[in-house]
Amino acid sequence: MLPAIAVKQICKRYGNVQALTDIDLEIQQGEFFALLGPNGAGKTTLISIIAGLTLANSGSVKVMGYDVTSDYRHARLNLGVVPQELVFDPFFTVREILHIQSGYYGIKGNAHWIDEIIERLDLSDKAGANMRALSGGMKRRVLVAQALVHKPPVIILDEPTAGVDVELRQTLWEFVRQLNRDGHTVVLTTHYLEEAEAMCNRVAMLKAGKIIALDQMQNLIGKMAGNNSLRLRLLPDQLPAELQPLEINRIGGMYELRIDDYTQLESILSLLRSAQIQVLEMQLQQPDLEDVFVNLMQNDEN
Amino acid sequence: MTGFFTLLYKELLRFWKVSFQTIVAPMVSPLLYLLIFYHVLEAHVEVYPGVAYPTFLIPGLVMMAAIQNAFANSSSSVIQSKISGNLVFILLSPLTYHEIFIAYILAAIARGLLVGLGVYLVALIFFEMPLQSPFWVLLFVVLGSAILGALGLIAGIWADKFDQLAAFQNFIILPLTFLSGVFYTIHSLPAGWQILSHLNPFFYMIDGFRYGFFGVSDISPYISLSIVAICLVAISYLTIWMLRTGYKLRH
Ligand SMILES: Nc1ncnc2c1ncn2[C@@H]1O[C@H](COP(=O)(O)OP(=O)(O)OP(=O)(O)O)[C@@H](O)[C@H]1O
Ligand SMILES: [Mg+2]
Repeated sequence: MLPAIAVKQICKRYGNVQALTDIDLEIQQGEFFALLGPNGAGKTTLISIIAGLTLANSGSVKVMGYDVTSDYRHARLNLGVVPQELVFDPFFTVREILHIQSGYYGIKGNAHWIDEIIERLDLSDKAGANMRALSGGMKRRVLVAQALVHKPPVIILDEPTAGVDVELRQTLWEFVRQLNRDGHTVVLTTHYLEEAEAMCNRVAMLKAGKIIALDQMQNLIGKMAGNNSLRLRLLPDQLPAELQPLEINRIGGMYELRIDDYTQLESILSLLRSAQIQVLEMQLQQPDLEDVFVNLMQNDEN
Repeated sequence: MTGFFTLLYKELLRFWKVSFQTIVAPMVSPLLYLLIFYHVLEAHVEVYPGVAYPTFLIPGLVMMAAIQNAFANSSSSVIQSKISGNLVFILLSPLTYHEIFIAYILAAIARGLLVGLGVYLVALIFFEMPLQSPFWVLLFVVLGSAILGALGLIAGIWADKFDQLAAFQNFIILPLTFLSGVFYTIHSLPAGWQILSHLNPFFYMIDGFRYGFFGVSDISPYISLSIVAICLVAISYLTIWMLRTGYKLRH
C-alpha cells in the first residue's frame, strides 16, 4: 500500500542552524504515529515541510503519493494540519471560519460535518462567537476543527494539547482515535509522553534535526525491559544480605531493587518473610516512554 | 472553482464587514482636496477648452481614491494575516497561486471601485460632469485598481512589519500618484517634468480615465491603454512568481 507520508533525504538549514539533516521517514496508512523530541529538535520544521509551508533545501516529500511541491494541490487535499502556533482570523466567527475553510478545499454545503466537528470538539456554545472572544484552549479546538473540515486521509497535529484542559484533552483524543479507527492516518507531536505512549503505535524521536530512534512503541519500551525495578518499604528498615546485591537505590526511605524478570518477585518476598521483615509498601517500576526518551537523549550526548 | 470563490468571498467580506473604515472614511480626503482646490483655483484655470478646473480635478481624485484603496486592501489583508499568522490557512489549502492572485486582485478592484464611485457620486451633487464614454472610464479604473491591487500584494508579501508597508506606500505609491497628473495636466509642466511624467505608469491610468469623461486627454487613450495593460501583465507575472516561489511566505 502507498505510504501516507514518505519523506526522503530531507535537509533544512535556517542561516547557520541545521534544522534537519537527512531525514528519511515512511508513515504507513492507518498508523497512529508520534514524532517526539525536545524543544528545537525540528518537529515543527519537518511538519511544515510536509505541509508545504516551508521549503526544504534538498530531498522530497510525498503525501499519499503526491509530491508536496510539484503536485501540491493533491498533496494538500489529502492533508490536514493543526499548527503549533495559536493562529486565528479575528474577522470571523467559529462557524464562518469553518465554512470558509471548507470552501478552500472545494467543499460546498459542509454544514453536516461542520456541526459534527463542532459538537465533538465541544464548541457548540461558541459556534457563533467571534474568534477574538475565545480563550486559548478554545482557539486550539478551532484549529483542530479547521484541520478536519475536509476529512483528510492524513492528519498531523503539532502539539494539539498544549494549553488544553484535561477534559478536552480526553475528548480530543477520543475523537482523534475514532478518526484513526475510521482509517485516517494520524501523526502527532506532544511533550506529554504518556499521551503518545497510550495512543501511538510507532514513534520517531528527533534530536537536533536527526532521527535517533524509529520503532514500534512496544519495541522501544521493550528495549528498556532490563530496567524493571521494585521499590520496598520495610519494617525493620533493613535489607537481608542476600538481597543487597540487587539494591540500586534508596528513594524516600524505600529500597529500590533491580529485577530482571517477574519470577524473582516470589523469591524476594519469601526471603523477606524468612528474615521476618515486613513489607509496608511495594511498588513495581516499569520502564515507560519517558525513560526511553530520557535514556535516548542522554546516550546520544556521548 | 469553489476554493477561488470562497477566498474571493472572504476577501470581500473582510472589508465589507468594516465598510465604514474601508469605504466611507477613505472618501473624505479626496473630497477635502476637491473642496480646497476648488476654492483656491476655480476662478483662474481652464484646463481644456470648456473644462473648468474642478471638473478636470474630479476624475483625478476619483482615480486616486480608487487606486489607493485597491492598494490598501490587498496590502493590508496580506500583511495582517501574515503577521497574525492566519495566512497559514491559505498556504495550507490547495488553492493555486493563480486563484490566490486573482481573488486578492478582484477584492482590491471591488474596494477601489466602491470608494471611487462614492467620491464620484458625492462630487456629482455639487458639480456637473460630462461623461463621454463610460466604457473607457470603467476600463481604466478597473485596470488601475488591478495594478495597484497587485502592487499591494507585492508590498504586503515583501514587508515584514507595518512600518515597511508604510514606507512602500510613502516612497513609491504616493509620489507616483501625486506626480501622475491627478491635480494638473502635464502640459502645464516644464519640459523636463513632462518627460519624467511620461515614465510614470500612473500617468497613463489617469490620463486614459480622464479621456472617458471629457473625450480629450494629453495623449491617445489607446497608447495609455497599451501601456497600462503591459504594466498590469508585468506586475501580475512578478506577483505570481512571488507566490509560486514562496518568497517571504514559505521559508
Ligand atoms: N523560521 C525560522 N528561522 C530560523 N530558525 C528557525 C525557524 N524555524 C525554526 N528554526 C530553528 O530550527 C530548529 C528547529 O525548530 P522547530 O520549530 O522545528 O523545533 P520543534 O522540534 O518543533 O520544537 P518545539 O518542541 O519547541 O516546538 C530550532 O533550532 C529553531 O530555532
Ligand atoms: Mg514545534
